[in-house]
Order: sequence, then C-alpha cells, then structure tokens
Amino acid sequence: MAALPAKLQETLDTLALLEDRSDRIQMLIDVADRFTDVPESIARRPFAEEHRVPGCESEAFVWAEPRGDGAFRYHFAVENPQGVSAMALAVILGDTLSGSPPAQVAAVPADVVYRIFGNELSMGKSIGLMGMVCKLQSETARQSAERDVRQPAG
Amino acid sequence: MKIEERGYAHPEVLVSTDWVAEHLDDPSVRIVESNEDPLLYASGHVPGAVEVDWTRDLNDPVRRDYLDRDGFQALMRRIGADGETTLVFYGDKNNWWATYAFWVFQLFGQSKAKIMDGGRLKWKQEGRSLVRGTPSYAASAFVAPGRDDSRLRAFRDRVLAHVDAGRALIDVRSPAEYSGERLHMEDYPNEGALRGGHIPGAANVPWARAVADDGTFKPADDLTAIYRREAGLDDDDEEVIVYCRIGERSSHTWFVLSYLLGFDDVRNYDGSWTEWGNLVGVPIEKGSGQAA
Repeated sequence: MAALPAKLQETLDTLALLEDRSDRIQMLIDVADRFTDVPESIARRPFAEEHRVPGCESEAFVWAEPRGDGAFRYHFAVENPQGVSAMALAVILGDTLSGSPPAQVAAVPADVVYRIFGNELSMGKSIGLMGMVCKLQSETARQSAERDVRQPAG
Repeated sequence: MKIEERGYAHPEVLVSTDWVAEHLDDPSVRIVESNEDPLLYASGHVPGAVEVDWTRDLNDPVRRDYLDRDGFQALMRRIGADGETTLVFYGDKNNWWATYAFWVFQLFGQSKAKIMDGGRLKWKQEGRSLVRGTPSYAASAFVAPGRDDSRLRAFRDRVLAHVDAGRALIDVRSPAEYSGERLHMEDYPNEGALRGGHIPGAANVPWARAVADDGTFKPADDLTAIYRREAGLDDDDEEVIVYCRIGERSSHTWFVLSYLLGFDDVRNYDGSWTEWGNLVGVPIEKGSGQAA
C-alpha cells in the first residue's frame, strides 16, 4: 500500500492514540470548529454542480487550486449547517493533502474516513465522507490534466 | 401553521419546539436525539437530551437486524425511561434519523413516543439553548416486551408477494437512485448493490418532499396532494410498503403515511435496496417509471 502523505499519517496516528470514543469525538468537533468556507476568490454561491460531492447529504463541495509547484491547495464548502463531520473532514483533508504531490493524493484510499471517524459510521454517512475524498482526487486529476494540456512536457 | 391546524390524522404524535422547551424539566419526558452525523450530538444538544445512536444502540452487532428484547431493555434502562415515559425524538436532516429511531421503538410497542417537529435545525434557528455534556439519569427498572415485527416491518418474501399482487410501493430515494443512474457513477462509493433501479411497480416520492423548508412537516392537504394524487395511494390500499436503501429514509415516509395521513397498514422494508439490489433473481425496473 502506498505511503500516505506525512501530515495525514500524523493525524491518523494522533487519532489512533485516543482510545476513548468521546475523546476522539471532541477532537473532531474541535477540528470542525476550524472550518472555513471556500474563499470567494475561488468560488461564489451558487456553486457549480461539477464541484458537488455526489451522494453527500451534507452538501459538500470541493475545489483544487493549483499552486506553482504542481500540487494543489484544497478548498471546501459544506452547505448543511449541521454537517459537522463533513466540516471536520474538510479541515483534515485541506490541512494534510494541500501541497502533496498529486500522485500521492490519488493513492489515498477513500476508506481512510473510517480511520478518522471510527467504524461506527452509517452507510449513508460513510458514502458521503468517502465521496469527499473521491471528489478531491477527481478534482486533482482534472486540474492536473488541464495543466498538462496547457504545459506539455518537453 | 400550528400542528393542530394542519389536518393530521394523529396530530398528538408531533410536539412543537415550544412544547419541548416547556417540558425540559418534566421527569415524565425524555428527549432523545438521533442523528446521521456522529459528531452532532456531542457538539451541542437540547438540554437534558440523551443520544440514541443508530449504529451503536439500535443495531445487532453481528446480524443485520435490530436490537433484541434484552438490548432494548438495557437501552431504555440506561436512558432512565420506562413504559410511562413520553419519549420525544428529534435529530438532524428533517428528523430522518429521529423517525428511524422512533420506528424501531415502535417495534417494542412504545406508544408514548413523539417527534419534535422541525428537528434539531429548527431548535437551533429559534436561538434556543444547545448544551454539551451527556446528562445522567438514574437507571429505570423497565421490563421490555418482545420485539414485534409483524405489523411494521416488511421482509423480502412479503415484498415479493406484494409486487406480484400489484400492491402499493413507495421508493423514497432520489430520482437518480430510483432510476438506477446513481449506481453507475464510477469512482464514487455507491449503495453497495450490484444492480441499480427500483422494485417493479414502486412510485418514486423522495422522502424530503414531506417537509417544508424549515424542516417541519407539511400540512395534510399538501401531503395528500403528494401521496394520494401524485403517487396514487388511497385508503383502499390494503397495505403500503415503503423502502429506500437501508430503511432510514423510508421510516420518515412511514411516519408521514401512518401518523399524518392516517393510513392503517404501512410497513417499512428495511432490507430496502441494499437487499433487493443484491438478491439473485428478483425483478428490477430501471428508468423514471412512476416518478411523483
């Protein structure tokens, strides 16, 4: 299995140390409290549907902003004001995957959400959260392909 | 519009946020929060509310089934409730998980259960208090009855017979799930079914059509237009079966049909599409069919 981006692995290791479920929940709530909406320089409402995470009941959207080094900075919107889990995941993905090489981002398994939230996720919630990871990866791939067309190798 | 003015068959099963606020300290009432989002309760809840989590509290940990009599008894004792306690369920996303928990509690005959109209969002939007920390209640001495699946649950064979007889079926999923389109979105997690589409003869009424923008249930007139005129249900229907993916959204529609519109015999097929879409040899329809 490909190595996860170092920051993501570090976050997972920290969560794994929390044996008490309530401690994990409190940590994730604290993370969610740091959620910030996608800047208007990137996107304004109403958001383009192409950025919506399919099957996500929290109505999450994902954008990949190209940096100059081939990597991306990730931005999110969560339209459901009660989408606490989606907000927490958005912060984690944004903090740990922004700046990582696209190939490494593509190799992150979607079921990493279980390592973050535990195995007690309902099917619907897991579909939505995994969908956020998948959407981030598809946006990365799409933006990378567009960049390659604009800047062919050689 | 007040609950009692909306023309419901059983308006007493709904309580307003005002009612809940007035009964926060009522020892005969237990407020229960049930959400899809596992972080939501801990992030702030109605004062005094306990959490009932679908995954941890209502499901058998080994078999695909709900908790048994002993499990329900332990749950009720833990939250300090007994057969005389008025249980008021509420939660996120238009109360969809709250109605799921409400439905499971009905399998054990908890007829004093109610739903807080508008759910968690309405409570918060009205500027009412949300607190953190889990309340502690003295364990009750509740003795649970056995679980009775005979009235409110539909299992696979009953659904097959239902289809053969051409009886009323409501698929409450999104149009994309109903048609089978959703299952074929590559690169994204799906419902876990090998086949997409819907049960033959099912009308598609997405579950959230039953609620207004503020999360409260629509008046009976509006619900009648949706379920009777558009979807074709009538009081002569011997039995209505509702389903979705795992029975969570369809429990919301079960609640609407049973308590708000007064249909006598509505069953939730909790196997739903995760079962039907994986069953060998059962009939499936694709496309928009009877979308309402």
